[in-house]
Amino acid sequence: MVLNNIEKLLEKYENGETTLKEEQVLKNYFTSDTVAPHLDHYKPMFAYFSVSQQEQFTKDIPLKTKRTLNYKWIAVAAVAVLMLGFYLNQSFSNANDLGTYKDPELAFNEFSKSMELFSKKFNQGASTVGYLKEVDKGASTLNYLNTIENTTSIIFKN
Amino acid sequence: MTQTEFLNIVMPFKDKVFRLAKRLLVSTEEAEDATQEVLLKLWNNKKKIQEYKNVEAFSMTMTKNYCFDKLKSKQAQNLKLVHSNYEDNQTALQKQVELNDSVNWVGRIIEALPEQQRMIIQLRDVEEYDYDEIAKMLDMNQTAVRVALSRARKTIREKLTNTHNYGIK
Repeated sequence: MVLNNIEKLLEKYENGETTLKEEQVLKNYFTSDTVAPHLDHYKPMFAYFSVSQQEQFTKDIPLKTKRTLNYKWIAVAAVAVLMLGFYLNQSFSNANDLGTYKDPELAFNEFSKSMELFSKKFNQGASTVGYLKEVDKGASTLNYLNTIENTTSIIFKN
Repeated sequence: MTQTEFLNIVMPFKDKVFRLAKRLLVSTEEAEDATQEVLLKLWNNKKKIQEYKNVEAFSMTMTKNYCFDKLKSKQAQNLKLVHSNYEDNQTALQKQVELNDSVNWVGRIIEALPEQQRMIIQLRDVEEYDYDEIAKMLDMNQTAVRVALSRARKTIREKLTNTHNYGIK
């Protein structure tokens, strides 16, 4: 009776009409020890299915939580750095600006003070230029060399 | 989504992904690589994972597509070793040895099936999915799945009977 049932199921199985439950019945039957001899050749088939069902994936899965760099943010950062660079450059060039006096009287005082300093220093510089006169004197004495040359030329002519 | 949450989703079917990949790519190493690749793709798209109705079926479809891509690129690169390329006089002896291991023999028969039938056999007889699910995974209709499955089962049975009777008849 059971065998009859199994044979019917096998036919349905081959036509792809069995449900999962019926297939389970077949699997159980063929993996048991009491298989009718004329159905023996089905045995390895079902044995193979249950064997390959147990195969497992043993390699581990390398899950990286490391986020990949977002190029959009790199661009934003680059622009920010550039703008900061320009800004700093500008504020450095402002360092030449020494500021200005608001009060005219104070400004005049400061101006005259600095002009005084300027003229003092200028006179100091000018006084050292006086030495140039000495250079002139030296140069005028060099003129005597001309007269020596004249006399020697006369001598050589004779 | 944390790693543990992701693993809880993925763990139940990672073996199924691996077995399907192995069924298609045959080599265990290739199948391992494929499985890793598929799981990594899932991990990278983890934000979208909630949107998928059925992550498992989706992953199986992904695996199928990935393996097909692999097979295509392989065929383009490598020379295939086909049986017609060489003649082997020792087949009789070889077959005798193989007969002893008839379970492995089934594996070989399945390997010789067309890819689609191989996948369907794998999904139905090994992983025990519904016809409905298989149809969705493979993007076929149910009748086509049944027809292909029936053909595959008949081929396996026929070849098994042949090998079983080998030497007797």
